[in-house]
Amino acid sequence: MKQFDKSVGVSSSANGEAFEVETRVKSNDEVNGEYRLLILDAPQKVLDCQPGQFFHLLCPVTSQNAPYLRRPMSIYGFYPEKSELHFLYKVTGEGTRALAELLPGDTFNVLGPLGKGYSIRDDWQQLLLVARGVGLATLAPLAQEAQRRGRKLTAICSARSPEVLMSVELFREMGAEVITVTDAEGSSGMENIKAIIQDKIGAGEVDALYTCGSNRMLTLLQEIGAEHGIPGEIALEQQMACGLGMCQCCVRSFRRNNQIVHERVCREGPVFDMQEAMGW
Amino acid sequence: MVDLTTKLGTITLKNPIMPASGTFSEDLAGVIDMNALGAHVTKTITYEKRGGNPTPRVCEVRGSMLNSIGIPSKGINHFIQNVVPYYRDYDVPLVVSISAHNADDFARICEAITVPGVDAIEINISCPNIEDNGKAFAMRPSSTQQVMTKLRGASDLPLWAKLSPNTGETVEVALAAQEAGADALVVSNTLLSMAIDIQSRKPKLGNLMGGLSGPSLKPISLRMAYQCAKVVDIPVIGCGGISTVEDVVEYLIAGASAVQVGTATFINPTAMPNIISGLEAYMTKHGIADLSELIGSVRDDDAADAVVFMETAP
Ligand SMILES: Cc1cc2nc3c(=O)[nH]c(=O)nc-3n(C[C@H](O)[C@H](O)[C@H](O)COP(=O)(O)OP(=O)(O)OC[C@H]3O[C@@H](n4cnc5c(N)ncnc54)[C@H](O)[C@@H]3O)c2cc1C
Ligand SMILES: Cc1cc2nc3c(=O)[nH]c(=O)nc-3n(C[C@H](O)[C@H](O)[C@H](O)COP(=O)(O)O)c2cc1C
Ligand code: FES
Repeated sequence: MKQFDKSVGVSSSANGEAFEVETRVKSNDEVNGEYRLLILDAPQKVLDCQPGQFFHLLCPVTSQNAPYLRRPMSIYGFYPEKSELHFLYKVTGEGTRALAELLPGDTFNVLGPLGKGYSIRDDWQQLLLVARGVGLATLAPLAQEAQRRGRKLTAICSARSPEVLMSVELFREMGAEVITVTDAEGSSGMENIKAIIQDKIGAGEVDALYTCGSNRMLTLLQEIGAEHGIPGEIALEQQMACGLGMCQCCVRSFRRNNQIVHERVCREGPVFDMQEAMGW
Repeated sequence: MVDLTTKLGTITLKNPIMPASGTFSEDLAGVIDMNALGAHVTKTITYEKRGGNPTPRVCEVRGSMLNSIGIPSKGINHFIQNVVPYYRDYDVPLVVSISAHNADDFARICEAITVPGVDAIEINISCPNIEDNGKAFAMRPSSTQQVMTKLRGASDLPLWAKLSPNTGETVEVALAAQEAGADALVVSNTLLSMAIDIQSRKPKLGNLMGGLSGPSLKPISLRMAYQCAKVVDIPVIGCGGISTVEDVVEYLIAGASAVQVGTATFINPTAMPNIISGLEAYMTKHGIADLSELIGSVRDDDAADAVVFMETAP
């Protein structure tokens, strides 16, 4: 029988899937007005991740904020060589406000890596992703993996104004062709994004589509995917309690073989087949 | 060496810590050593396949949570073919939680789930009884007695009745369950609650209301465990708000012979193994050799008997 590791106060996994571990905050700085980048010093065992996977974060209880449940957060970057785990987050409520209070040197409990990430099939040589806002966080590791596997990547980055277009540099560094669209310039409408994607498809430059989060983007990419017979994947969000598949609170509906099935975003997802996902 | 074993009727557990139904599944094996637990308790199942409630199914309240998961169930055949065999690989008793909307359906699933590999059946009588105006069986002694009597005739396995805090008759319900042949009481399920988003003025749960669990439930279910242990001869299993070794010790002192840990596992998936090793350390430190030195050791001699039967605040 495997022995429980008493020395660190947390146990290691019985069969090596996910771990509840204490990490140390290296930095937690504002990236621009809306987003913060949290960099953790994390043990090696949690740094074997797939793009699209997430961690379940135990946000601290502070004098101002007392979150109770964990908060799910996509892996923005994982760097085993530096022992670093990165999250890019938007402060929206009590949990993320508490997260913003973390200071360098603080210990921080995380659970992960969790869920099923994006896949890049062998015949998907040319990838196209559409990311908006904090969705960049979810898709950045996919860009890195695409580069590692020598796939061509086009990244359409959408934001409110050019000032808040993040990660453009990051995607460029990973060898992606970056196309930016913004509300301020009036270029982020669904019709324009559709035209851009169809141009790329017309030029024979798209084997697979990827996105995350938004209902409108799901509808658009489903339509384009169905019309041109291009497969795709989407990372979905849903409120979570356990993050491990135990409580059944994070289900969403999917269309499969002419039936509606319910799957857990934390376990069967968060990444799902684009055509099977249903709008909400 | 301290002795962590505890006896629940004919079943001996290697330690008194087990998961609460609905907060545990095979998925936890990815994070903890499942062999460390005193028992495995599965999510409530129904005979037929059924869907769950609308989302959002959970929300948090100050230091605790509400849920309206309901009982999504893949049905009993799926459970017997896939879930029961999974747990056979562990040297840990398997407790299966069942529910139904009337006594006959309850008896049917109770009989069907009496299969090799299952060591005890937990009866979730917090489900609304459609023959009793939708009131949960466990709200009243009469409906508790009626359904437990039916179930007693349907299986030879130990039957654990899981009580509800949504009653003004805790003691009477506990006695009715014992009278009808229950082998143990699990005390308790969640407390019916509500939360509203003041911005949108919408209830925070898709199902409008749901069950409170976590630390704020503890004083209530601890009180119930105490009341039950006072009046019944069968073992009481404490459940509600346990997240630390001290919580466990408190339940044992109140009269519980074992405990279930629920919501705490969502916050710290390693909570149960941590509590088990912590309990051992606690007993060693305090020179307690055996759990029986703790169980029911509450010093309440000076209080009037009537207090035990108090159901509402003075
Ligand atoms: C798989 C996954 C990956 C995510 N990745 C990121 C990321 O990389 N960066 C980022 O900024 N955000 C991400 N989110 C959203 C993030 O989880 C929420 O913004 C966060 O939980 C909000 O918590 P809060 O306490 O600040 O807000 P509140 O609104 O006060 O939260 C109340 C409750 O609702 C839940 N909740 C609120 N919004 C969401 C949401 N969109 N999805 C799921 N649960 C929610 C909270 O967890 C909490 O339980 C992700 C969500 C999921 C499911
Ligand atoms: C998400 C969730 C699902 C639950 N599902 C069930 C269930 O199916 N059957 C049951 O008897 N109790 C269920 N419960 C109640 C727990 O088993 C337990 O009685 C309750 O949560 C109190 O314990 P805790 O405070 O340690 O969580 C559920 C609780 C939660 C939080
Ligand atoms: S969050 Fe518990 S099953 Fe997904």
